[in-house]
Amino acid sequence: MQLASFDFQHNHFQLFGLAQSYQIDTAQLDQQYRALQALVHPDKSAHLPDAEQRLAMQRATLVNEAYQTLRSPLRRARYLLSLHGVDTQEETNTVMPLDFLMAQMEWREAVSEARQARDEGALAQLETRLQHETRGLEAQLAVKIDAEKNYAAAAASVRKLRFMEKLAEEIHAAYDAIDN
Amino acid sequence: MALLQISEPGLSTLPHQHRLAVGIDLGTTNSLVATVRNGISVVLNDENGRAMLPSVVRYLADGSIAVGEAAQAMQSEDAANTIVSVKRFMGRGLKDVGEISRLPYRFADAASPFATSGGSGQGGMLQLRTVAGVKSPVEVSAEILKVLRSRAEAALGGELVGAVITVPAYFDDAQRQATKDAAKLAGLNVLRLLNEPTAAAIAYGLDNAAEGIYAVYDLGGGTFDISILRLSRGVFEVLAANGDSALGGDDFDQRIHCWLLEKNHLSALGPQDTRLLLTHARAAKEQLTEHAETRITAVLSNGEVIDNVLTRSEFHTLSQNLVQHTLQPLRRALRDAKLGVADIKGVVMVGGATRMPQVQHAVEEFFGQTPLTNLDPDKVVALGAAIQANLLAGNRSGDEWLLLDVIPLSLGIETMGGLAEKIIPRNSTIPTARAQEFTTYKDGQTAMSIHVVQGERELVSDCRSLAKFELRGIPAMVAGAARIRVTFQVDADGLLNVSAREMGSGVEAAVAVKPSYGLSDGEITRMLQESTQHAQDDMHARALREQQTEAEQLLEAVQHALEQDGKLLDQAERTRIETQMGLLRDTLQLADHLAIKRAATALNDATVSFAQARMDKSVAHVLTGKNIAELGEK
Repeated sequence: MQLASFDFQHNHFQLFGLAQSYQIDTAQLDQQYRALQALVHPDKSAHLPDAEQRLAMQRATLVNEAYQTLRSPLRRARYLLSLHGVDTQEETNTVMPLDFLMAQMEWREAVSEARQARDEGALAQLETRLQHETRGLEAQLAVKIDAEKNYAAAAASVRKLRFMEKLAEEIHAAYDAIDN
Repeated sequence: MALLQISEPGLSTLPHQHRLAVGIDLGTTNSLVATVRNGISVVLNDENGRAMLPSVVRYLADGSIAVGEAAQAMQSEDAANTIVSVKRFMGRGLKDVGEISRLPYRFADAASPFATSGGSGQGGMLQLRTVAGVKSPVEVSAEILKVLRSRAEAALGGELVGAVITVPAYFDDAQRQATKDAAKLAGLNVLRLLNEPTAAAIAYGLDNAAEGIYAVYDLGGGTFDISILRLSRGVFEVLAANGDSALGGDDFDQRIHCWLLEKNHLSALGPQDTRLLLTHARAAKEQLTEHAETRITAVLSNGEVIDNVLTRSEFHTLSQNLVQHTLQPLRRALRDAKLGVADIKGVVMVGGATRMPQVQHAVEEFFGQTPLTNLDPDKVVALGAAIQANLLAGNRSGDEWLLLDVIPLSLGIETMGGLAEKIIPRNSTIPTARAQEFTTYKDGQTAMSIHVVQGERELVSDCRSLAKFELRGIPAMVAGAARIRVTFQVDADGLLNVSAREMGSGVEAAVAVKPSYGLSDGEITRMLQESTQHAQDDMHARALREQQTEAEQLLEAVQHALEQDGKLLDQAERTRIETQMGLLRDTLQLADHLAIKRAATALNDATVSFAQARMDKSVAHVLTGKNIAELGEK
């Protein structure tokens, strides 16, 4: 890519020259990201006038934002759905299946117990289980978005995945708390 | 769109002309300057062949200033006017320096020119009273930089295009801004503020064509950093940074100093004797790197003779918890990078304090591998900074490489109930920007105060306050109707700019965050440490405050709605709502967030049809020409 063809109007997929789908080649994304930063990063224009430096900062900021969005399965799905005009309603739509909510409560209790017992082994087990469940939800997303194009169902999976992400954050915080 | 190549006045655009640029390691104990000559990074020595300039500045009564060795020689004799380790004061307020009573300086509490107008009234960055007048740490640092600048210009035979100045990776916004100000004061064009461990990684990585994941363990005179980087095909990607901006070699000196006081039953020494013993303590520490024991002899100002033998194992015991203290940021950085010890291919040691055998042992034991010490831990940061400076000045060296660094501490904003809402999480790759929308809390609210904080804790009072600014002229609307978008932009120097805009009216407020006040010793570090100690309390306190705030808002909103539109309700419905309101008020007294939540939900449920009726009425109002702001008026 040439700097001259950098377009702020491009969506994140177009920016990295990727097809607009949930399933992406992350190795290709990494490679494209680095190639793009090598072009737009402010370090490349530190010797140029202020206006050029500001532009470089804006370009590099956008590239970082786009990369972080596509690198994360949850953020990628949310973004892709927004491109299809579907709001995932993670803050407003709290209607979740009862069994899912029950499972969430159990997860939270387990994390909180492991934290209080300062049991790193238990946290590691929870983490592994959580990763397994997260992968399962991500696989469902791939089917719902790419194959079935059922965006409403995908939005429900995104909401579940957001719960999983919060759990992962709690486990991370628990590790930090134990390590003191 | 074509890129215009416009040269700045005085800059040659001839491609073969080498632009003079340097890298400067502005250290707590020593400072260095380096440059790239014939494609090789070299440290520039002074006229006596010395690379390291002691970071010591002495102010004399006649207005002259001594920097380096000459100043260091007088540090005990003229302790009050001879500033050592000034880096510890950069971007710090008086309250932030814990050991103030042990320091031989006279601090001034006057407001600094670097204070933010919106500061919390604590007078900005601390200042030092000397025979030559009141000096800010920025001015003191600038004296060190001026000496390095003239050294470089003499050695290179021309004016510098610019300089890369290194800072600890764990420096916060205030400390970074102060460093940049010092460079400007010294007449240097700052090409970039570069994180010290990253600079070391560049020097090491390019020199050794390293590929893989590396850890940089950087224990300097006053600061500790740990950075985890991925090196691949000319890209240096920082995955996580952590540290302690108030832990370094100085603290090891302090431990020996305290040991001397205890051994000799001394207390409350004057500034001169304090500095004398600290100097001896440092010498002893350095001796113990090579020798199993060392003898400390000194004569105090009252004639008392100090004569003690310190063994290496005793010193190890004295300093054991300092060494252990560095392992916690290490574990956190690895967790943030989602990596284990086994993923680390090599450990680069940086900073003079990593010469201590107990530090090397601890790092070796932690990583299960011998740390890399084939580079000079005192020079590697300056060498890396010079390589970066050469690139930034536009001297294309042929081998292209790219650096992707991160912000070390989360940035956020104060929200209702004194909670910190994170906007940019730590370890985000810079430059980065994030926008978040906030809304008004009261009907008709026309101004909003934005309080910017940095740190990992949940409560604002536990984070470091960076700045406050006000957004005025928000059009009066009902509570929750205004949409205020706050944008945080962190540039490639790791410096923050914040702007805010009301989306409906376009009212805008912007602030360059230039902070300078209020810390207890190393508030940043304390914040991170305490964030885990108090995480449990935090979670509960946060949940409770959130629920209380939400419940109060809900009660206010319902009360207001009843006053305004109560006539839309029949008596049974009104009683039902008022009963739920009473129940919610009762639970507010209890410190039980779950109970409050249940009662709030019940009240919400009870008001569903009322809300619908009000909405219909509102729409009718708008249609008849009234605006929403008027609806909000009582």
